[in-house]
Amino acid sequence: MPDAERPPMISREDVLHVARLARLELSEPELEKMREQLNSILTYIDRLKELDVTGVEPTSHAVPMVNVMRDDVVVPCFPRDEMLANAPDRVGEFFRVPRIIED
Amino acid sequence: MDVVIGLEVHAQLLTRSKMFCGCATTFGAAPNSQTCPVCQGMPGSLPVVNRRAVEFGIRTALAFNCRVNEACRFARKHYYYPDMPKNFQISQYEEPLAEDGALEIDVDGASRTIGIQRLHLEEDVGKLVHEGTLETAQASLVDFNRSGVPLMETVSRPDLRSPEEAAAYLRAFRAVLVYLGVCDGNMEEGSLRCDANVSLRPRGSSELGTKVEIKNMNSFKNVQRALEFEVRRQAEALEAGLRLVQETRLWDAERGYTRSMRSKEFAHDYRYFPEPDLVPLRIDRAWVDAIRAGLPELPRQRRQRFLRQYGLPAYDAELLTHSQALADYFEAATGELPQAKLVSNWIMSELLRVLPADDEAAIRAAKITPRHLAGLLKLIEDGTISGKIAKDVFQKMVVSGEEARAIVAREGLTQLADEPALAAVIDQVIARNPKAIEDFRKGKTAAAKALVGQIMKATQGKANPAIVNRLLEEKLSKI
Ligand SMILES: [Zn+2]
Repeated sequence: MPDAERPPMISREDVLHVARLARLELSEPELEKMREQLNSILTYIDRLKELDVTGVEPTSHAVPMVNVMRDDVVVPCFPRDEMLANAPDRVGEFFRVPRIIED
Repeated sequence: MDVVIGLEVHAQLLTRSKMFCGCATTFGAAPNSQTCPVCQGMPGSLPVVNRRAVEFGIRTALAFNCRVNEACRFARKHYYYPDMPKNFQISQYEEPLAEDGALEIDVDGASRTIGIQRLHLEEDVGKLVHEGTLETAQASLVDFNRSGVPLMETVSRPDLRSPEEAAAYLRAFRAVLVYLGVCDGNMEEGSLRCDANVSLRPRGSSELGTKVEIKNMNSFKNVQRALEFEVRRQAEALEAGLRLVQETRLWDAERGYTRSMRSKEFAHDYRYFPEPDLVPLRIDRAWVDAIRAGLPELPRQRRQRFLRQYGLPAYDAELLTHSQALADYFEAATGELPQAKLVSNWIMSELLRVLPADDEAAIRAAKITPRHLAGLLKLIEDGTISGKIAKDVFQKMVVSGEEARAIVAREGLTQLADEPALAAVIDQVIARNPKAIEDFRKGKTAAAKALVGQIMKATQGKANPAIVNRLLEEKLSKI
Protein backbone atom coordinates (compact mmCIF):
# COMPACT_ATOMS: atom_id res chain seq x y z
CA MET A 1 0.00 0.00 0.00
CA PRO A 2 1.55 3.35 -0.94
CA ASP A 3 2.19 5.70 1.98
CA ALA A 4 -0.27 8.29 0.73
CA GLU A 5 -3.18 5.91 1.18
CA ARG A 6 -2.42 5.08 4.82
CA PRO A 7 -4.14 7.00 7.56
CA PRO A 8 -1.50 9.09 9.32
CA MET A 9 -0.16 7.23 12.37
CA ILE A 10 0.80 10.38 14.21
CA SER A 11 -1.83 13.07 14.59
CA ARG A 12 -1.33 16.71 15.34
CA GLU A 13 -2.53 16.01 18.92
CA ASP A 14 0.08 13.27 19.34
CA VAL A 15 2.83 15.71 18.39
CA LEU A 16 1.51 18.31 20.80
CA HIS A 17 1.37 15.71 23.58
CA VAL A 18 4.91 14.48 23.00
CA ALA A 19 6.19 18.05 22.68
CA ARG A 20 4.56 18.90 25.99
CA LEU A 21 6.15 15.87 27.68
CA ALA A 22 9.53 16.92 26.30
CA ARG A 23 8.93 20.56 27.30
CA LEU A 24 9.27 21.69 23.67
CA GLU A 25 7.47 24.68 22.24
CA LEU A 26 6.76 24.20 18.55
CA SER A 27 5.61 26.78 16.05
CA GLU A 28 2.80 25.85 13.64
CA PRO A 29 5.18 25.01 10.72
CA GLU A 30 7.49 23.06 13.07
CA LEU A 31 4.56 21.11 14.38
CA GLU A 32 3.55 20.01 10.90
CA LYS A 33 7.15 19.19 9.98
CA MET A 34 7.53 17.04 13.12
CA ARG A 35 4.30 15.23 12.34
CA GLU A 36 5.50 14.37 8.84
CA GLN A 37 8.92 13.26 10.05
CA LEU A 38 7.55 11.13 12.88
CA ASN A 39 5.14 9.49 10.46
CA SER A 40 7.88 8.69 8.01
CA ILE A 41 9.99 7.17 10.81
CA LEU A 42 7.08 4.97 11.87
CA THR A 43 6.46 4.00 8.26
CA TYR A 44 10.06 2.88 8.01
CA ILE A 45 9.66 0.84 11.21
CA ASP A 46 6.58 -0.75 9.67
CA ARG A 47 8.74 -1.87 6.78
CA LEU A 48 11.14 -3.52 9.25
CA LYS A 49 8.19 -5.51 10.54
CA GLU A 50 8.13 -7.35 7.23
CA LEU A 51 11.32 -9.16 8.23
CA ASP A 52 10.97 -12.62 9.72
CA VAL A 53 12.60 -12.41 13.15
CA THR A 54 11.41 -15.76 14.48
CA GLY A 55 13.97 -17.01 16.98
CA VAL A 56 15.83 -13.69 17.18
CA GLU A 57 16.12 -12.28 20.71
CA PRO A 58 14.90 -8.70 21.11
CA THR A 59 17.94 -6.45 21.05
CA SER A 60 18.31 -3.40 23.25
CA HIS A 61 22.03 -2.91 22.76
CA ALA A 62 24.20 -2.99 19.68
CA VAL A 63 27.21 -4.41 21.53
CA PRO A 64 27.19 -8.04 22.60
CA MET A 65 28.29 -7.36 26.18
CA VAL A 66 26.84 -8.05 29.62
CA ASN A 67 27.79 -7.41 33.26
CA VAL A 68 29.91 -4.29 32.95
CA MET A 69 30.21 -3.32 36.60
CA ARG A 70 32.56 -1.38 38.83
CA ASP A 71 33.75 -2.01 42.39
CA ASP A 72 32.17 0.04 45.14
CA VAL A 73 35.07 2.45 45.46
CA VAL A 74 34.82 6.18 46.17
CA VAL A 75 36.71 8.45 43.81
CA PRO A 76 37.20 12.21 44.20
CA CYS A 77 34.16 14.25 43.19
CA PHE A 78 34.17 17.13 40.75
CA PRO A 79 35.07 20.58 42.19
CA ARG A 80 31.81 22.16 43.30
CA ASP A 81 32.52 25.60 41.99
CA GLU A 82 33.30 24.28 38.52
CA MET A 83 30.03 22.36 38.67
CA LEU A 84 28.07 25.40 39.80
CA ALA A 85 29.75 27.57 37.17
CA ASN A 86 27.62 25.74 34.57
CA ALA A 87 24.39 26.80 36.22
CA PRO A 88 22.44 29.86 35.06
CA ASP A 89 21.65 30.70 38.67
CA ARG A 90 23.02 29.77 42.08
CA VAL A 91 22.69 30.73 45.74
CA GLY A 92 25.77 29.94 47.79
CA GLU A 93 26.44 26.21 47.48
CA PHE A 94 23.11 25.49 45.77
CA PHE A 95 21.79 25.48 42.23
CA ARG A 96 18.77 27.76 41.98
CA VAL A 97 15.84 26.78 39.78
CA PRO A 98 12.73 28.77 38.83
CA ARG A 99 9.30 28.28 40.35
CA ILE A 100 8.29 24.61 40.00
CA ILE A 101 4.50 24.71 40.15
CA GLU A 102 2.61 26.15 37.23
CA ASP A 103 -0.05 28.71 38.01
CA MET B 1 -15.77 -2.66 53.22
CA ASP B 2 -12.42 -4.39 52.81
CA VAL B 3 -9.31 -2.28 53.01
CA VAL B 4 -6.72 -3.03 50.32
CA ILE B 5 -3.22 -1.63 50.79
CA GLY B 6 0.00 -2.19 48.89
CA LEU B 7 3.31 -0.59 49.87
CA GLU B 8 6.20 0.59 47.75
CA VAL B 9 9.33 0.97 49.81
CA HIS B 10 12.44 2.78 48.63
CA ALA B 11 15.59 1.89 50.56
CA GLN B 12 18.91 3.67 50.20
CA LEU B 13 21.58 1.01 49.92
CA LEU B 14 24.59 1.22 52.22
CA THR B 15 27.19 1.39 49.48
CA ARG B 16 30.21 3.63 49.81
CA SER B 17 29.84 5.09 46.32
CA LYS B 18 26.84 5.98 44.18
CA MET B 19 24.89 3.67 41.87
CA PHE B 20 26.57 4.70 38.63
CA CYS B 21 29.59 6.82 39.61
CA GLY B 22 32.30 6.90 42.25
CA CYS B 23 30.95 9.86 44.24
CA ALA B 24 30.65 9.27 47.99
CA THR B 25 27.22 8.70 49.54
CA THR B 26 27.96 10.23 52.96
CA PHE B 27 24.83 11.70 54.55
CA GLY B 28 24.91 15.34 55.60
CA ALA B 29 27.89 16.46 53.49
CA ALA B 30 28.06 20.11 52.38
CA PRO B 31 25.55 20.79 49.55
CA ASN B 32 26.73 19.72 46.09
CA SER B 33 30.11 18.56 47.42
CA GLN B 34 29.48 14.95 46.33
CA THR B 35 28.72 15.22 42.65
CA CYS B 36 30.34 14.67 39.27
CA PRO B 37 29.29 14.88 35.61
CA VAL B 38 27.61 11.43 35.80
CA CYS B 39 25.30 12.14 38.75
CA GLN B 40 24.65 15.65 37.46
CA GLY B 41 23.60 14.23 34.12
CA MET B 42 26.12 16.11 31.99
CA PRO B 43 25.91 15.24 28.28
CA GLY B 44 28.50 12.65 27.30
CA SER B 45 29.02 11.26 30.79
CA LEU B 46 28.61 7.50 31.11
CA PRO B 47 27.18 5.51 34.03
CA VAL B 48 28.72 2.23 35.25
CA VAL B 49 26.82 -0.14 37.58
CA ASN B 50 28.02 -0.49 41.18
CA ARG B 51 28.53 -4.22 41.75
CA ARG B 52 27.84 -4.01 45.47
CA ALA B 53 24.44 -2.39 44.85
CA VAL B 54 23.50 -5.40 42.70
CA GLU B 55 24.84 -7.72 45.38
CA PHE B 56 22.75 -5.95 48.05
CA GLY B 57 19.68 -6.24 45.81
CA ILE B 58 20.23 -9.98 45.39
CA ARG B 59 20.87 -10.37 49.12
CA THR B 60 17.54 -8.72 49.90
CA ALA B 61 15.72 -10.63 47.17
CA LEU B 62 16.93 -13.93 48.67
CA ALA B 63 15.87 -12.90 52.18
CA PHE B 64 12.35 -12.32 50.83
CA ASN B 65 12.44 -15.58 48.86
CA CYS B 66 12.17 -13.76 45.55
CA ARG B 67 13.20 -15.29 42.26
CA VAL B 68 16.38 -13.54 41.11
CA ASN B 69 16.02 -12.99 37.38
CA GLU B 70 18.90 -14.22 35.33
CA ALA B 71 18.40 -11.48 32.77
CA CYS B 72 17.92 -8.00 34.04
CA ARG B 73 18.18 -4.61 32.44
CA PHE B 74 18.06 -0.95 33.32
CA ALA B 75 15.56 1.46 31.77
CA ARG B 76 15.10 5.19 31.52
CA LYS B 77 12.04 6.58 33.25
CA HIS B 78 11.31 10.02 31.87
CA TYR B 79 9.82 12.93 33.71
CA TYR B 80 10.71 16.54 34.32
CA TYR B 81 11.45 17.73 37.80
CA PRO B 82 14.32 19.98 38.88
CA ASP B 83 15.68 17.40 41.33
CA MET B 84 16.76 15.26 38.37
CA PRO B 85 19.06 16.99 35.87
CA LYS B 86 18.99 14.27 33.18
CA ASN B 87 15.17 14.49 32.93
CA PHE B 88 15.11 10.73 33.28
CA GLN B 89 15.82 8.43 36.15
CA ILE B 90 17.74 5.22 35.54
CA SER B 91 15.49 2.52 36.91
CA GLN B 92 14.27 -0.94 35.95
CA TYR B 93 10.99 -1.69 34.25
CA GLU B 94 10.22 -4.88 32.34
CA GLU B 95 13.15 -6.88 33.62
CA PRO B 96 13.64 -6.13 37.33
CA LEU B 97 16.33 -7.76 39.42
CA ALA B 98 13.91 -10.02 41.27
CA GLU B 99 10.21 -10.96 41.49
CA ASP B 100 7.65 -13.00 43.45
CA GLY B 101 8.67 -13.17 47.08
CA ALA B 102 6.98 -12.82 50.44
CA LEU B 103 7.35 -11.34 53.90
CA GLU B 104 5.75 -12.82 57.02
CA ILE B 105 4.25 -10.33 59.42
CA ASP B 106 2.63 -10.70 62.85
CA VAL B 107 -0.36 -8.66 63.93
CA ASP B 108 -2.13 -9.39 67.23
CA GLY B 109 -0.36 -12.71 67.57
CA ALA B 110 -1.45 -13.98 64.15
CA SER B 111 0.94 -14.51 61.25
CA ARG B 112 0.20 -13.38 57.72
CA THR B 113 2.15 -13.75 54.51
CA ILE B 114 2.38 -10.62 52.38
CA GLY B 115 3.40 -11.10 48.78
CA ILE B 116 6.26 -9.14 47.27
CA GLN B 117 5.69 -8.47 43.61
CA ARG B 118 9.05 -7.12 42.51
CA LEU B 119 12.36 -5.68 43.63
CA HIS B 120 14.41 -3.43 41.43
CA LEU B 121 17.36 -1.07 41.54
CA GLU B 122 17.38 2.59 40.58
CA GLU B 123 19.09 5.87 41.37
CA ASP B 124 17.93 8.50 43.84
CA VAL B 125 17.34 12.13 42.84
CA GLY B 126 18.61 15.39 44.32
CA LYS B 127 17.09 17.28 47.22
CA LEU B 128 15.05 20.45 46.82
CA VAL B 129 14.84 23.29 49.30
CA HIS B 130 11.98 25.61 48.45
CA GLU B 131 12.15 29.32 49.11
CA GLY B 132 8.95 29.16 51.13
CA THR B 133 6.59 26.26 50.42
CA LEU B 134 6.36 24.38 47.14
CA GLU B 135 3.17 26.30 46.37
CA THR B 136 4.44 29.77 47.16
CA ALA B 137 8.14 29.48 46.27
CA GLN B 138 9.30 31.72 43.44
CA ALA B 139 12.45 29.60 43.26
CA SER B 140 13.93 26.46 44.75
CA LEU B 141 17.48 25.41 45.65
CA VAL B 142 18.94 22.07 44.56
CA ASP B 143 21.50 19.87 46.30
CA PHE B 144 22.59 16.98 44.07
CA ASN B 145 24.53 15.03 46.73
CA ARG B 146 21.74 12.46 46.90
CA SER B 147 21.40 12.29 43.12
CA GLY B 148 22.60 8.87 41.99
CA VAL B 149 22.62 7.23 45.43
CA PRO B 150 21.53 3.60 44.95
CA LEU B 151 17.90 2.89 45.76
CA MET B 152 16.16 -0.44 45.98
CA GLU B 153 12.43 -0.31 45.33
CA THR B 154 10.34 -3.17 46.63
CA VAL B 155 6.67 -3.39 45.72
CA SER B 156 4.33 -5.47 47.84
CA ARG B 157 1.20 -7.13 46.50
CA PRO B 158 -2.04 -5.47 47.64
CA ASP B 159 -2.29 -8.02 50.46
CA LEU B 160 -2.39 -5.67 53.44
CA ARG B 161 -5.84 -5.37 55.01
CA SER B 162 -5.42 -2.56 57.57
CA PRO B 163 -3.19 0.41 58.40
CA GLU B 164 -1.94 -1.62 61.34
CA GLU B 165 -0.84 -4.44 59.03
CA ALA B 166 0.87 -1.91 56.77
CA ALA B 167 2.86 -0.57 59.73
CA ALA B 168 3.71 -4.14 60.79
CA TYR B 169 4.89 -4.92 57.24
CA LEU B 170 7.09 -1.84 57.19
CA ARG B 171 8.61 -2.67 60.59
CA ALA B 172 9.30 -6.28 59.57
CA PHE B 173 10.67 -5.11 56.21
CA ARG B 174 12.97 -2.61 57.85
CA ALA B 175 14.24 -5.20 60.33
CA VAL B 176 15.21 -7.56 57.49
CA LEU B 177 17.10 -4.81 55.65
CA VAL B 178 18.98 -3.78 58.77
CA TYR B 179 19.88 -7.41 59.60
CA LEU B 180 21.15 -7.84 56.04
CA GLY B 181 23.30 -4.73 56.41
CA VAL B 182 21.99 -3.30 53.13
CA CYS B 183 20.21 -0.21 54.56
CA ASP B 184 20.44 1.69 57.84
CA GLY B 185 16.63 1.86 58.02
CA ASN B 186 16.59 5.48 59.15
CA MET B 187 13.21 6.90 58.12
CA GLU B 188 13.88 10.37 59.53
CA GLU B 189 16.97 10.80 57.33
CA GLY B 190 15.07 9.35 54.39
CA SER B 191 17.11 6.15 53.95
CA LEU B 192 13.80 4.31 54.03
CA ARG B 193 10.78 5.85 52.30
CA CYS B 194 7.35 4.45 51.85
CA ASP B 195 4.46 5.14 49.46
CA ALA B 196 1.13 3.36 49.74
CA ASN B 197 -1.68 2.43 47.39
CA VAL B 198 -5.00 2.40 49.19
CA SER B 199 -8.44 1.37 48.01
CA LEU B 200 -11.69 0.06 49.47
CA ARG B 201 -13.96 -2.59 48.04
CA PRO B 202 -17.17 -4.29 49.11
CA ARG B 203 -16.45 -7.08 51.58
CA GLY B 204 -15.53 -10.32 49.84
CA SER B 205 -15.36 -8.77 46.38
CA SER B 206 -12.28 -9.48 44.30
CA GLU B 207 -12.61 -6.35 42.21
CA LEU B 208 -10.31 -3.50 43.22
CA GLY B 209 -11.75 -0.11 44.02
CA THR B 210 -10.35 3.23 42.88
CA LYS B 211 -6.72 3.32 43.90
CA VAL B 212 -5.22 6.34 45.65
CA GLU B 213 -1.48 6.72 46.10
CA ILE B 214 -0.24 8.27 49.36
CA LYS B 215 3.20 9.87 49.53
CA ASN B 216 5.32 11.68 52.09
CA MET B 217 4.91 9.44 55.15
CA ASN B 218 8.27 9.66 56.85
CA SER B 219 7.92 7.59 60.01
CA PHE B 220 6.22 4.38 61.14
CA LYS B 221 3.74 6.40 63.15
CA ASN B 222 2.95 8.60 60.15
CA VAL B 223 2.42 5.61 57.86
CA GLN B 224 -0.23 4.27 60.19
CA ARG B 225 -1.82 7.68 60.82
CA ALA B 226 -1.87 8.60 57.13
CA LEU B 227 -3.42 5.29 56.14
CA GLU B 228 -6.01 5.47 58.92
CA PHE B 229 -6.98 8.93 57.72
CA GLU B 230 -7.13 7.85 54.09
CA VAL B 231 -9.24 4.74 54.79
CA ARG B 232 -11.68 6.90 56.75
CA ARG B 233 -11.75 9.55 54.01
CA GLN B 234 -12.50 6.98 51.31
CA ALA B 235 -15.12 5.20 53.42
CA GLU B 236 -16.93 8.46 54.15
CA ALA B 237 -16.86 9.49 50.49
CA LEU B 238 -18.22 6.13 49.35
CA GLU B 239 -20.93 6.13 52.02
CA ALA B 240 -21.97 9.58 50.85
CA GLY B 241 -22.31 8.15 47.34
CA LEU B 242 -19.36 10.11 45.96
CA ARG B 243 -17.02 8.73 43.33
CA LEU B 244 -13.32 8.60 44.20
CA VAL B 245 -10.75 9.70 41.67
CA GLN B 246 -7.51 7.87 41.02
CA GLU B 247 -4.90 10.34 42.26
CA THR B 248 -1.79 10.93 44.29
CA ARG B 249 -2.24 12.48 47.73
CA LEU B 250 0.36 13.91 50.08
CA TRP B 251 0.30 13.23 53.81
CA ASP B 252 0.54 16.40 55.89
CA ALA B 253 1.85 15.19 59.25
CA GLU B 254 1.37 18.50 61.02
CA ARG B 255 -2.26 18.93 60.04
CA GLY B 256 -2.99 15.19 60.08
CA TYR B 257 -4.65 14.78 56.68
CA THR B 258 -3.91 13.79 53.09
CA ARG B 259 -4.33 16.35 50.37
CA SER B 260 -4.60 15.98 46.66
CA MET B 261 -1.38 16.65 44.78
CA ARG B 262 -1.86 19.05 41.91
CA SER B 263 -2.15 16.90 38.84
CA LYS B 264 0.45 18.86 36.93
CA GLU B 265 3.11 18.13 39.54
CA PHE B 266 3.62 14.77 37.84
CA ALA B 267 2.81 13.48 34.41
CA HIS B 268 2.36 9.71 34.53
CA ASP B 269 3.72 9.12 31.07
CA TYR B 270 7.19 7.87 31.76
CA ARG B 271 8.07 6.57 28.27
CA TYR B 272 10.33 3.84 29.59
CA PHE B 273 12.93 2.41 27.25
CA PRO B 274 16.08 0.33 27.79
CA GLU B 275 19.00 2.45 29.04
CA PRO B 276 21.37 2.41 26.07
CA ASP B 277 24.37 3.41 28.21
CA LEU B 278 24.20 0.31 30.41
CA VAL B 279 24.55 -3.17 28.96
CA PRO B 280 22.25 -5.86 30.42
CA LEU B 281 23.12 -7.95 33.46
CA ARG B 282 23.25 -11.74 33.33
CA ILE B 283 23.10 -12.77 36.95
CA ASP B 284 25.42 -15.71 37.46
CA ARG B 285 23.90 -18.58 39.52
CA ALA B 286 27.20 -19.15 41.32
CA TRP B 287 27.14 -15.51 42.47
CA VAL B 288 23.58 -15.91 43.76
CA ASP B 289 24.51 -19.14 45.58
CA ALA B 290 27.50 -17.48 47.21
CA ILE B 291 25.33 -14.58 48.40
CA ARG B 292 22.73 -17.04 49.70
CA ALA B 293 25.40 -18.91 51.65
CA GLY B 294 26.41 -15.66 53.32
CA LEU B 295 22.92 -14.64 54.52
CA PRO B 296 22.83 -13.85 58.26
CA GLU B 297 20.24 -15.01 60.77
CA LEU B 298 17.09 -13.02 59.94
CA PRO B 299 14.66 -11.40 62.41
CA ARG B 300 12.07 -14.19 62.41
CA GLN B 301 14.70 -16.90 62.84
CA ARG B 302 16.25 -14.94 65.64
CA ARG B 303 12.88 -14.48 67.30
CA GLN B 304 12.23 -18.22 67.17
CA ARG B 305 15.64 -18.83 68.69
CA PHE B 306 14.97 -16.29 71.49
CA LEU B 307 11.76 -18.17 72.38
CA ARG B 308 13.59 -21.51 72.37
CA GLN B 309 16.96 -20.59 73.83
CA TYR B 310 15.98 -18.01 76.46
CA GLY B 311 12.38 -19.03 77.16
CA LEU B 312 11.21 -15.47 76.63
CA PRO B 313 7.53 -14.59 76.17
CA ALA B 314 6.55 -14.00 72.52
CA TYR B 315 6.08 -10.27 73.17
CA ASP B 316 9.64 -9.86 74.47
CA ALA B 317 11.17 -11.92 71.67
CA GLU B 318 9.28 -9.93 69.05
CA LEU B 319 10.20 -6.54 70.45
CA LEU B 320 13.86 -7.39 71.06
CA THR B 321 14.47 -8.88 67.61
CA HIS B 322 12.82 -6.08 65.63
CA SER B 323 16.00 -4.14 66.12
CA GLN B 324 19.24 -5.92 65.42
CA ALA B 325 21.11 -3.61 67.79
CA LEU B 326 18.62 -4.32 70.57
CA ALA B 327 18.78 -8.09 70.01
CA ASP B 328 22.59 -7.90 70.05
CA TYR B 329 22.41 -5.83 73.24
CA PHE B 330 20.17 -8.41 74.89
CA GLU B 331 22.42 -11.31 73.92
CA ALA B 332 25.56 -9.54 75.11
CA ALA B 333 23.94 -8.73 78.48
CA THR B 334 22.53 -12.25 78.87
CA GLY B 335 26.02 -13.58 78.20
CA GLU B 336 27.11 -11.82 81.43
CA LEU B 337 24.00 -12.59 83.47
CA PRO B 338 21.89 -15.56 82.35
CA GLN B 339 18.59 -14.38 83.91
CA ALA B 340 17.12 -13.69 80.46
CA LYS B 341 13.70 -12.45 81.58
CA LEU B 342 15.23 -10.02 84.09
CA VAL B 343 17.55 -8.64 81.39
CA SER B 344 14.67 -8.39 78.93
CA ASN B 345 12.48 -6.55 81.47
CA TRP B 346 15.18 -3.97 82.10
CA ILE B 347 15.83 -3.45 78.40
CA MET B 348 12.14 -3.01 77.61
CA SER B 349 11.16 -0.86 80.59
CA GLU B 350 14.33 1.14 81.33
CA LEU B 351 16.62 1.13 78.28
CA LEU B 352 13.81 1.81 75.80
CA ARG B 353 12.62 4.64 78.01
CA VAL B 354 15.81 6.53 77.17
CA LEU B 355 16.58 5.15 73.68
CA PRO B 356 14.27 4.81 70.65
CA ALA B 357 13.86 1.12 69.71
CA ASP B 358 14.40 1.81 66.02
CA ASP B 359 17.58 3.85 66.37
CA GLU B 360 20.20 1.18 65.79
CA ALA B 361 23.11 3.60 66.02
CA ALA B 362 21.95 5.09 69.33
CA ILE B 363 21.52 1.65 70.88
CA ARG B 364 24.98 0.56 69.74
CA ALA B 365 26.48 3.79 71.07
CA ALA B 366 24.61 3.71 74.43
CA LYS B 367 26.81 4.76 77.34
CA ILE B 368 25.26 2.03 79.40
CA THR B 369 26.74 -1.03 77.68
CA PRO B 370 25.29 -4.56 77.93
CA ARG B 371 28.08 -5.41 80.38
CA HIS B 372 27.20 -2.37 82.49
CA LEU B 373 23.54 -3.34 82.60
CA ALA B 374 24.43 -6.91 83.58
CA GLY B 375 26.69 -5.49 86.31
CA LEU B 376 23.81 -3.45 87.68
CA LEU B 377 21.42 -6.40 87.67
CA LYS B 378 24.01 -8.55 89.47
CA LEU B 379 23.95 -6.02 92.31
CA ILE B 380 20.19 -6.55 92.63
CA GLU B 381 20.58 -10.31 92.43
CA ASP B 382 23.16 -10.48 95.24
CA GLY B 383 21.17 -8.11 97.45
CA THR B 384 23.65 -5.22 97.35
CA ILE B 385 21.00 -2.76 96.18
CA SER B 386 17.22 -2.81 95.92
CA GLY B 387 15.38 -2.76 92.60
CA LYS B 388 14.17 0.74 93.39
CA ILE B 389 17.67 2.09 94.02
CA ALA B 390 18.84 0.25 90.89
CA LYS B 391 16.50 2.37 88.75
CA ASP B 392 18.13 5.55 90.09
CA VAL B 393 21.58 4.07 89.48
CA PHE B 394 20.51 3.14 85.95
CA GLN B 395 19.59 6.77 85.19
CA LYS B 396 23.05 7.88 86.38
CA MET B 397 24.76 5.19 84.31
CA VAL B 398 22.91 6.33 81.18
CA VAL B 399 24.37 9.80 81.58
CA SER B 400 27.86 9.08 82.90
CA GLY B 401 28.71 5.71 81.38
CA GLU B 402 30.07 4.57 84.76
CA GLU B 403 29.82 1.06 86.16
CA ALA B 404 26.99 0.48 88.66
CA ARG B 405 29.43 -0.65 91.37
CA ALA B 406 31.33 2.66 91.21
CA ILE B 407 28.16 4.74 91.58
CA VAL B 408 26.82 2.57 94.41
CA ALA B 409 30.12 2.78 96.33
CA ARG B 410 30.55 6.54 95.86
CA GLU B 411 27.01 7.44 96.82
CA GLY B 412 26.75 4.90 99.64
CA LEU B 413 23.73 3.20 98.14
CA THR B 414 24.56 -0.28 99.39
CA GLN B 415 21.51 -1.93 100.86
CA LEU B 416 21.49 -2.13 104.66
CA ALA B 417 21.47 -5.83 105.52
CA ASP B 418 23.27 -5.47 108.86
CA GLU B 419 20.70 -6.92 111.29
CA PRO B 420 21.87 -5.28 114.59
CA ALA B 421 22.06 -1.90 112.83
CA LEU B 422 18.60 -2.31 111.34
CA ALA B 423 17.22 -3.51 114.69
CA ALA B 424 18.46 -0.29 116.29
CA VAL B 425 16.73 1.81 113.62
CA ILE B 426 13.51 -0.16 114.09
CA ASP B 427 13.66 0.39 117.87
CA GLN B 428 14.04 4.13 117.34
CA VAL B 429 11.10 4.25 114.94
CA ILE B 430 8.92 2.25 117.33
CA ALA B 431 9.85 4.60 120.19
CA ARG B 432 8.96 7.63 118.08
CA ASN B 433 5.54 6.29 117.06
CA PRO B 434 3.53 5.26 120.14
CA LYS B 435 0.27 6.05 118.27
CA ALA B 436 1.04 3.59 115.48
CA ILE B 437 1.91 0.90 118.05
CA GLU B 438 -1.38 1.58 119.83
CA ASP B 439 -3.28 1.23 116.52
CA PHE B 440 -1.45 -1.98 115.74
CA ARG B 441 -2.40 -3.45 119.07
CA LYS B 442 -6.04 -2.58 118.37
CA GLY B 443 -5.76 -4.74 115.26
CA LYS B 444 -4.99 -2.11 112.60
CA THR B 445 -2.37 -4.06 110.62
CA ALA B 446 -2.00 -1.12 108.24
CA ALA B 447 -0.07 0.60 111.01
CA ALA B 448 2.81 -1.84 110.41
CA LYS B 449 3.05 -0.66 106.80
CA ALA B 450 3.40 2.93 107.98
CA LEU B 451 6.23 1.84 110.24
CA VAL B 452 8.04 0.11 107.35
CA GLY B 453 7.75 3.39 105.44
CA GLN B 454 9.32 5.25 108.37
CA ILE B 455 12.16 2.74 108.58
CA MET B 456 12.89 2.98 104.85
CA LYS B 457 12.85 6.76 105.14
CA ALA B 458 15.24 6.67 108.09
CA THR B 459 17.67 4.60 105.98
CA GLN B 460 17.25 6.66 102.78
CA GLY B 461 15.58 3.67 101.12
CA LYS B 462 18.64 1.49 101.59
CA ALA B 463 17.28 -0.97 104.15
CA ASN B 464 16.84 -4.50 102.84
CA PRO B 465 13.02 -4.77 102.77
CA ALA B 466 12.92 -8.51 103.51
CA ILE B 467 15.05 -8.12 106.65
CA VAL B 468 13.09 -5.07 107.82
CA ASN B 469 9.80 -6.94 107.48
CA ARG B 470 11.09 -9.96 109.40
CA LEU B 471 12.65 -7.93 112.25
CA LEU B 472 9.65 -5.64 112.59
CA GLU B 473 7.28 -8.60 112.69
CA GLU B 474 9.34 -10.19 115.47
CA LYS B 475 9.41 -6.99 117.51
CA LEU B 476 5.70 -6.25 117.11
CA SER B 477 4.75 -9.78 118.12
CA LYS B 478 6.54 -9.24 121.43
CA ILE B 479 4.83 -5.94 122.24
ZN1 LIG C 1 28.87 11.38 40.70
